Amino acid sequence: MYQHTRLTNNNFTFFQKFRNFDYILLICILLLGFISLATMYSTDGGKILFHTKSHFIKLMVFTMMMLFISFINIKFWFSVGYLSYIVVVSLLVWTYFFGITSSGSKRWMDLYFINLQPSELMKIFIILCLAKYFHRMKLENVNSVYTILTSLIIILLPMGLVIVQPDLGTSVLIAVSGIAVLWFAGINHKYFIYTMLGFVISLPFVIAFLKPYQKLRVLTFLNPDKDPLGAGYQIIQSKIAVGSGGIFGKGFLKGTQSYLEFLPEKHTDFIFTLFSEEFGFVGSVVLLVIYIIIIYRIIAIGANSRSYFAKLFCYGFGAAIFVFITINMSMVLGLLPIVGSPLPIMSYGGSSMLATMIGFGIVMSARVHSQQLIA
Amino acid sequence: MINSSSDNVKKLNSINRRMFITGSLKFFIMVGIVSRLFFLQVKENKKYLTLSDKNRIREWKLAPVRGEFQDYFGNVIAGNFEAYQLHVIPEQVENFKYVIYRLKDLLELSDSEFKKVLKKKKEIKPWETLIVSNNLSWDKFSKINNHLYDLNGVKPVISISRNYPFNENFTHIIGYVSQANEQDIENTELIKKNFVPGLKVGKIGLEKSFEEKLIGTNDIERYEVNAYGRRISQLEFQKGKKGQTLKLTVDTEIQKLANELLKDKAGSICVMDIFTGEVIAMHSSPSFDPNLFVFGISQDNWQIIRNDPMKPLLNKTLQGRYSPGSTLKPIVALSALENGIINTNFTVRCTGKTELYDQTYHCWKKEGHGYVSLRNAMKMSCDTYFYEIARKLGVDKLSETAKKFGLGKKVFDNLFEIEKDGLIPNTQWKKNALGKGWLLGETIITGIGQGYIQTTPIQLCLMTAQIANGGYKIYPKIVIDDKDKIKPSDYYTPLYKNSRNIKIIQDAMFGSTNEVMGTSYRSRIDNPKYQFAGKTGTAQVKKITERERELDLKTSEIPYEQRDHALYIAYGPYVNPRYALSIVVEHGGNGSTTAAPMAKKLFKLIIDRHEMRQSINEKKYLEI
Repeated sequence: MYQHTRLTNNNFTFFQKFRNFDYILLICILLLGFISLATMYSTDGGKILFHTKSHFIKLMVFTMMMLFISFINIKFWFSVGYLSYIVVVSLLVWTYFFGITSSGSKRWMDLYFINLQPSELMKIFIILCLAKYFHRMKLENVNSVYTILTSLIIILLPMGLVIVQPDLGTSVLIAVSGIAVLWFAGINHKYFIYTMLGFVISLPFVIAFLKPYQKLRVLTFLNPDKDPLGAGYQIIQSKIAVGSGGIFGKGFLKGTQSYLEFLPEKHTDFIFTLFSEEFGFVGSVVLLVIYIIIIYRIIAIGANSRSYFAKLFCYGFGAAIFVFITINMSMVLGLLPIVGSPLPIMSYGGSSMLATMIGFGIVMSARVHSQQLIA
Repeated sequence: MINSSSDNVKKLNSINRRMFITGSLKFFIMVGIVSRLFFLQVKENKKYLTLSDKNRIREWKLAPVRGEFQDYFGNVIAGNFEAYQLHVIPEQVENFKYVIYRLKDLLELSDSEFKKVLKKKKEIKPWETLIVSNNLSWDKFSKINNHLYDLNGVKPVISISRNYPFNENFTHIIGYVSQANEQDIENTELIKKNFVPGLKVGKIGLEKSFEEKLIGTNDIERYEVNAYGRRISQLEFQKGKKGQTLKLTVDTEIQKLANELLKDKAGSICVMDIFTGEVIAMHSSPSFDPNLFVFGISQDNWQIIRNDPMKPLLNKTLQGRYSPGSTLKPIVALSALENGIINTNFTVRCTGKTELYDQTYHCWKKEGHGYVSLRNAMKMSCDTYFYEIARKLGVDKLSETAKKFGLGKKVFDNLFEIEKDGLIPNTQWKKNALGKGWLLGETIITGIGQGYIQTTPIQLCLMTAQIANGGYKIYPKIVIDDKDKIKPSDYYTPLYKNSRNIKIIQDAMFGSTNEVMGTSYRSRIDNPKYQFAGKTGTAQVKKITERERELDLKTSEIPYEQRDHALYIAYGPYVNPRYALSIVVEHGGNGSTTAAPMAKKLFKLIIDRHEMRQSINEKKYLEI
């Protein structure tokens, strides 16, 4: 146990860091990047158009950034845990006042060269913040009222700021990220069960307070055939696309549902539908396997990390990524109502990719500095 | 330190336990997602593949090309032409208001036309085709094509449409086509099957009777379309079959002459081959231009046609029920001969009028004809003579002979749904229909073709043909059809008891036309090639009062509505006869002055064209 102490204050050499890299994770991320690029190319109708170009550039920049982050000591990420959270919350506040309104919600802030969606970043930084919060805490203090209230405030503050945008989907995902950390930190499972029960009981009341379009989404989810050309259109068309893909798919660039524009939002939330249509059951399972490997690696890195902070972050991040993936897929497969939630890396959208890549970067950093102890 | 490290161990245990729970949860969720994928992509694949095809493949039915009508010589009398049309499917137009106003400008539509289009749009479903214009000029059509980039959802269409090159000449035979209405679609399965917006179907005449042969089958285009209904690429084109071309027995030249002769008159001319029953010409006047109906007739034109006192919509040849007048006399005489009531030597003294059963019956000639035999009675159309033989014959025997020769019964069966039966009265009929006993006086006027008796011009023509061919039964026809090879079993069966009687009647008709004192002597042709035999008729439309009889007004002095109908039946050439005709001129006055001269002109042309007609026949056999 004490043999590692001498390493505590050691600065790792550059080559050591390289050696410590998780190459399986890196390869899987690069593979995913490549697949997402090919799929984006298909959404552009088999041409290199705006979406493909833009996605490519983002992929390049953010992958570089991820590598850069992985070389920064995990201690640094620990130290900026609260600060980054406060920065993103202030960005959300800024967005609330000065954000760009598009299709009825104020989600974006104009950074002149790029439009940033701070709510996407919050999905990652809330994990960082809570991981720091619970890092030093003794287990017996975890279930104290004070701790629970504080952590709830940490979660509810950004959630509230995102709900008013309004963006229910993202705020739910932020909550999921936060709750995942709370779960791993050891908060009594009674609370989770009670919260669940409370949620189920209050669901009808919540629905009554939903905005009309949100209510419509829920109703449509329950019965998409009721209004096949209106609200049910997305679900129906998405199911048709996936279902018609069959075992081996219609072939690359041959997805008629997307090519003929039956598929809505095929660049973003419904990218998996297009992929599944063109590559079929086999392709979809392969994609799932890649995601599973990534998640598995993240958890493995967490398990091998010496610091509790790194562990908490990796587990939390792994769970969050898993939830993002499953919510997105369940949504396009008609298992959940349509809530705006991108598929990590695959979906078009800079903020989401930026957040995911930062997350991967921190995980990598945890791996590279797996022996780093944090006081 | 130890304290804190033991806490650390506890924390690690807790986090690892929870990681394990999370891991198992993740596993089940993944299984759930994979099984959902399996369900959609493997198990339900067929269903979704069909749905996807339904999404992307859309079928367009095009109007089938309608079969043509040809006359006997193969001239097209009802054909097709390419009409330039403009279709819009409102559902597929993103901004209908913009597009429709743009079209209004480009097509220079008047406000009323524009309103009509908007009204039509309201009536149809958004996915049905709105025909903005159905017969554009080439200029406007190409103008639209140049502006298509700006007119999303507008479809310029080249459509095959009906065309009647001879305008009003064949209207009453062929009829016309017009846009199919709901009734047409409901009543005819084939129309339902082939229906496309703007499909035109026969509304009347042969166009209607032969709808199922003429209609053809649709061309079908299969396109891949995108979510907005825009065609991306054509996948398949299935060529339809053109409708069957129907050949008629009619000779256009003779038909045109008939039309010319009846110009500005109301009436009918029909000409028939006395052996084959082929109708050479059949015209009812006045007629109207069927082209007016193809794209829907305008209200103004419709009012003109509908309100014409000469009733152009009525097919007088088949629907017009006229008293045959003296044209019935050959049948009366024949009946009397056949039934042995009289022989050729039977003579009656005509004094201009005769008193029978306390009633005075007048001969058309006030001074009377003196003693007349059968031949002279026919020749001079002596009414007194026929009063006498009708009295002796009785109406029942007369009606029997008349019916045998085709009177009082539809000539074309069900070919023309408008055709009327006419009426050949007998005692039984009157008892049944009117509930009264037959009066002898009624027999007497029936003898000169007046009273209850009503015949159509086509029946008179058939009667004449069957007298001319020596008294043999024929079945008139107007469409050359495969069916004709099988002749009905009673074809050419004799209608007479004694063929000599037919000869007597033929001879009398010859006299009537070709001998001095004959009623149509002035219309005769001496050249034996064209020589014909006929019988005039003048049918009263109302009872003539004594005062009017004394006034003896000329036709032109009587109001149009009260003038007599002029009739004429004839056949020719007298030696080796081949053609029979009947002419009716409504309110034309006297048969000998109005109707008979038309026969003269007709026979000239008919017989001149006989050889040509024959040569077509021979050629037909050669080809076989």
